[in-house]
Amino acid sequence: MATLTLNDTHTAHHDHAAHGDHGHHKETFLNKYVFSQDHKMIAKQFLITGIFMGVVAMTLSILFRIQLAYPDESFPLLEMLLGKFAPEGRLDPNFYLSLVTIHGTIMVFFVLTAGLSGTFSNLLIPLQLGARDMASPFMNMLSYWFFATASVIMLATFFIETGPASSGWTIYPPLSALPKAMPGSGLGMTMWLISMVLFVASSLMGGINYVSTVLNMRTKGMDLWKMPLTIWAFFLTAIVGILSFPVLVAAVVLLIFDRSFGTSFYLSDIYIAGQALPNEGGSPVLWQHLFWFLGHPEVYIVLMPALGITSEVIATNARKPIFGYHAMVYSLIGITILSFIVWGHHMFVTGMNPFLGGVFMITTLVIAVPSAVKTFNYLATLWRGNIRFTPAMLFAIGLVSFFISGGLTGIFLGNAALDINLHDTYFVVAHFHLVMGSAAIFGMLSGIYHWFPKMFGKMMDAKLGYLHFWLTFISAYLVFFPMHFMGLDGVPRRYYAFTEFESMSEWLSVNKFITWSAILGAVAQVAFLYNFVYSIFWGKKTVQNPWESTTLEWTAPVEHLHGNWPGEIPTVYRWPYDYSKPGADVDFIPQTTPLSETMSSNLPHDFEGNEESERIQLDWEKENKKELVK
Amino acid sequence: MPTYPQETDRYSLQPKKFIVWLFMISSFIFFAGLTSGFIVYSGDSLAKQLNVKMPNAFIYSTILVVASSISLQWAYIQTKRSNFAKQRLGLWLTIALGVAFTCSQLYGWVVLTGLGAFFTSSNASISFVYVFTLFHILHIVAGLILIIGAVISSYKAVPNVLNIFRMEISIVFWHFVDILWIYLYVFLLLNQ
Ligand code: HEM
Ligand SMILES: [Cu+2]
Repeated sequence: MATLTLNDTHTAHHDHAAHGDHGHHKETFLNKYVFSQDHKMIAKQFLITGIFMGVVAMTLSILFRIQLAYPDESFPLLEMLLGKFAPEGRLDPNFYLSLVTIHGTIMVFFVLTAGLSGTFSNLLIPLQLGARDMASPFMNMLSYWFFATASVIMLATFFIETGPASSGWTIYPPLSALPKAMPGSGLGMTMWLISMVLFVASSLMGGINYVSTVLNMRTKGMDLWKMPLTIWAFFLTAIVGILSFPVLVAAVVLLIFDRSFGTSFYLSDIYIAGQALPNEGGSPVLWQHLFWFLGHPEVYIVLMPALGITSEVIATNARKPIFGYHAMVYSLIGITILSFIVWGHHMFVTGMNPFLGGVFMITTLVIAVPSAVKTFNYLATLWRGNIRFTPAMLFAIGLVSFFISGGLTGIFLGNAALDINLHDTYFVVAHFHLVMGSAAIFGMLSGIYHWFPKMFGKMMDAKLGYLHFWLTFISAYLVFFPMHFMGLDGVPRRYYAFTEFESMSEWLSVNKFITWSAILGAVAQVAFLYNFVYSIFWGKKTVQNPWESTTLEWTAPVEHLHGNWPGEIPTVYRWPYDYSKPGADVDFIPQTTPLSETMSSNLPHDFEGNEESERIQLDWEKENKKELVK
Repeated sequence: MPTYPQETDRYSLQPKKFIVWLFMISSFIFFAGLTSGFIVYSGDSLAKQLNVKMPNAFIYSTILVVASSISLQWAYIQTKRSNFAKQRLGLWLTIALGVAFTCSQLYGWVVLTGLGAFFTSSNASISFVYVFTLFHILHIVAGLILIIGAVISSYKAVPNVLNIFRMEISIVFWHFVDILWIYLYVFLLLNQ
């Protein structure tokens, strides 16, 4: 009995479920909805927090877009809402910078890292791999609460005297290192740093859990090459996180010492109001190296889960096996490795040695190869598929579109010589909002529409979904596409009122157009939010496998149980993409169906060289041919 | 029920040990980030190189931390042989050595400041030395907490599997912290 005691003291939650017949442990509101250790509940917590943060960050963007479109007009409403951040109804310039900074921070980290990975890795890793829960449910719970605390601290900076941090989401020193540099560099920056340290702790706890679960807790038969591409993507994303986030902590630690303890890691030769500061010898470029060593992998941390979700949704709804499963995995692995050796492309204009710049240029352009492999495989999967245009499918196709249009501009930027012109212009803004912002958000929305039935047991309304898709898709292009041209004309990013410059004043009309398109996009999200909330409470009840999908999560009952499956965990016999297999009588064969039940559709390579099974299959085929002849 | 608990048991400790490994990897990356920062910084010009001699205290620290690894390994062997009295002795000895190591590191700081090499130096290479040692000491503290956990379970009547499990994670982590210090020290010696 020693082992039992051990389980109970250690991983109280999921083991109870495993031998649920021992009677139920008490489920209170607090441990079911708040301090839950169940991966499905934690996934929902991440999702709802992520959506909330997304709405906040979107609202911030509308505020600064209003400033860009109407730099001379006053909106008394703004003063009512924002008080001294918008004196006389016009945004304060420092506050404008705070808005851009917090918009970027929240979108990149809180929505597209925690909201995306946190939701879908938590939901799908145990369910698609056949595990009862995560490796450490307790750490998983901590991961959520660290994230929630980080979110609260980040938002709280709007309620302090000096306002939120304002040196951009990349917080370059010296603006971030000198509390006196600008209002946002004071308490706002300190809180930003605290919030991000908690955030990184949360991401690491989450990521470590995901990796450990994927490697140790797969059900019988689920070898690595039978894992759905979603899991591959989440797994590699978690690895990228484990290898890159600690470097951000190292950078932040040094920054904190510079801010509060008088060291000079990043500071040198600085004068404030004519007074020289004592700091000497520091190097602001050091920060850029450390930051972008995380920063570039981070953009793939954002993108890869979205790519994984897309693979799954496209294959399911095209009713075709994913094209080039192995190539998809290897390209993810390729992206994982390459993402660590390209950070210098953010620093081409820092005076870096041109030879080094050349090296980073080559590694950067090489990333286009695995990215293109993925794109072509998506297109090939769609090609002559029996496509079902569910909302999830539309969003997945939307991702492919953005990934192409945004990826192409990456190739421009990756050229060290072209980047001299394009760096820090709206061209960069257009690039990353398409390839990262829009693509990853579309992946996330696709995942929400697709797995909503799994999370909440209800269906979302498809009509509202279509409305949401088309408005969002169109407005995203209307917002970001014109920015390419502004960038080519040399319009710098993060300027409060660049249209006041004579040479750029003609862009005012474009700015107005973009702002109205952005407002259209924001309004479109109301359709989503309404649909989301309404469906949770009053949506149509779902059946167990609404999309006729092959993966394991759809073999678990609709009602959520601790431990996911009531009896034994299902065993896996085949890869996850047996859609429309020739010879089968249904157009999808779940992973749990043994080959012995699908004799009419088995192919030689299904047996992975198992001679006995091949022989049985041949015998069966001879037998059945005879029958046909008779 | 007859077969199930064994299965969960195997599954519930193995992934947790794995978690400790992954945590060590991310901590190593943290230090790799710091040391790379050092290289980028000090590679800039001659004036930015590390121009003080490392105090001898760091040599004593190294000896202490290696000794503590040995004593912990010994405690582990005794645990496996169910010699719990010796296990405790080994654990207490390790804790004492860990504390002595920390003191020796702090003394190293005193020596450095005596040489005029302050934390807030205008040569950040010197500040890096303090940052390396500070964060390494924090890892020592974390290791000590794990070892204290093992001490507590050696006094309580917990199942032996759990006792051994706690020993195993302490030992892996402690050896890691030990090697980490050697890495940092050698790194500093090569760069001074
Ligand atoms: C074909 C592959 C890609 C190439 C060659 C590429 C290249 C570049 C280059 C050279 C820059 C720096 C531009 C500058 O600041 O002057 C850049 C910026 C950026 N890229 Fe990409 N990129 C690619 C794909 C991606 C992907 C897939 C993502 C995200 C999922 C992404 C996200 C970003 C972000 C966020 C920035 C701007 C960071 C900032 O300064 O705030 N890129 N890209
Ligand atoms: Cu990059």
